[in-house]
Amino acid sequence: MTLWIEVCDSNAILEEDVLHFEQDTRSFAICRGEDGAWYAVDGLCTHEQVPLADGFVFGHALECPRHQGRFDIRTGKALRAPACVDLRTYPIKVEHGLVYLALD
Amino acid sequence: MLNQDRLLTQTHDYRLRDDVDINAAAPAPSVQWYTTALPRAVLKALARRDDLRAGQNYALWLLLLLVSGALAYSSWGSWWAFPAFALYGVIYSSSDSRWHELSHGTPFKTAWINESLYHLCSLMTLREGIRWRWSHARHHSHTVLVGLDPEIHATRPPNLFFLLLGWTYMRAGWMELCVLIEHATGRINRDAALYVPRSQWPAMVLSSRLYLLVIVVAGAVCPAYDSVLPAMFIALPRFYGGFLHFTQAITQHIGLAEDVFDHRQNARTVLMNPVFSFLYSNMNYHVEHHMYPMVPFYRLPELHKLVRHDCPAPYANLRSVYREMIPAPIRQRREPAYFIQRPLPAASTTR
Repeated sequence: MTLWIEVCDSNAILEEDVLHFEQDTRSFAICRGEDGAWYAVDGLCTHEQVPLADGFVFGHALECPRHQGRFDIRTGKALRAPACVDLRTYPIKVEHGLVYLALD
Repeated sequence: MLNQDRLLTQTHDYRLRDDVDINAAAPAPSVQWYTTALPRAVLKALARRDDLRAGQNYALWLLLLLVSGALAYSSWGSWWAFPAFALYGVIYSSSDSRWHELSHGTPFKTAWINESLYHLCSLMTLREGIRWRWSHARHHSHTVLVGLDPEIHATRPPNLFFLLLGWTYMRAGWMELCVLIEHATGRINRDAALYVPRSQWPAMVLSSRLYLLVIVVAGAVCPAYDSVLPAMFIALPRFYGGFLHFTQAITQHIGLAEDVFDHRQNARTVLMNPVFSFLYSNMNYHVEHHMYPMVPFYRLPELHKLVRHDCPAPYANLRSVYREMIPAPIRQRREPAYFIQRPLPAASTTR
């Protein structure tokens, strides 16, 4: 069963930005692309576990602040070394001005 | 978060440790480095890449390379060849700082331009691109942490002869060639195996073969034309023309603290004239580069203005660095614990 977790207000971040979200022991990067759409991916870089929310979103690419590995926030795909392993993506929705993340 | 102290050793064994799996998924091996706080919007503006700005810089460099190459070619056989090839070699060896910037993927917004120029500059400076991308990522994770940073150039105590050889690139170039041959034969170097993920090994082997092929062809053409001239334009310039690059690059970390989590203590920022900064891709702002590696080289002077209140005063020029730096490795020969303590601003804290 899918569990929807409230993350933040829908105006918490602007387009092309990211915020860090933790649930239990898991961390997530909650992102908005250049089109304003919301996306959720794992919160730590698959290269050296650096928090990705300290990095930046350019277009639809989320860049690690330490080594500039890049991921597509729509698919989680690793776009640039030293990131080689994809991030996991999570369903996300906006309802009544609030952003929700789906966890299984 | 892994306890940072666990990463440190007191042994001064500079061989890469094999008991820390940096690329393991867990536990999180990231370490927290000191950073000067900046508003997120400001940092993002600084981190934006600009094809035009980077393109102008690289176009000028390639144009200078072409013009100096033509001068060198036309002077071959006369005494003018000495200054002409020295100029060409210096411009050619700017590829080393450019390799470095491109390894971060920061100069150009367009990824394929970054990547293409990255391999061109890697080849020119004789650093196989895939291995060095991972080596340099390690250097940024564990800057001057003994046993973890593969890019520590002076040990304590230092080997002064090896240090002096840096101006000729003879030792570093020879070591690069050895690893290139090793990887081209399909064997993975012990250190590379520690920092390059196994998934990248086939690409690294292929890349090593291609690099080696270019070097071998350049070498083979020389006897065919009964002249060393072809090699004077490819590969050799990194040796005879690398002196200025080394003069600049050696200032980055030599003589400073080891095993600290603060780049203000283990890196230097040195003010340089516009020509030197151009050839060195602004890497003289080295504290800033390590603190915020996502900022492209052409915005490092702006970043410097924003963080300098929280950093040691920059060195006024290369002479002031060398005045302080030269005695350090000499003293470390008999007193390995000695290092240059960079004075932090009074209100600042350190790690």
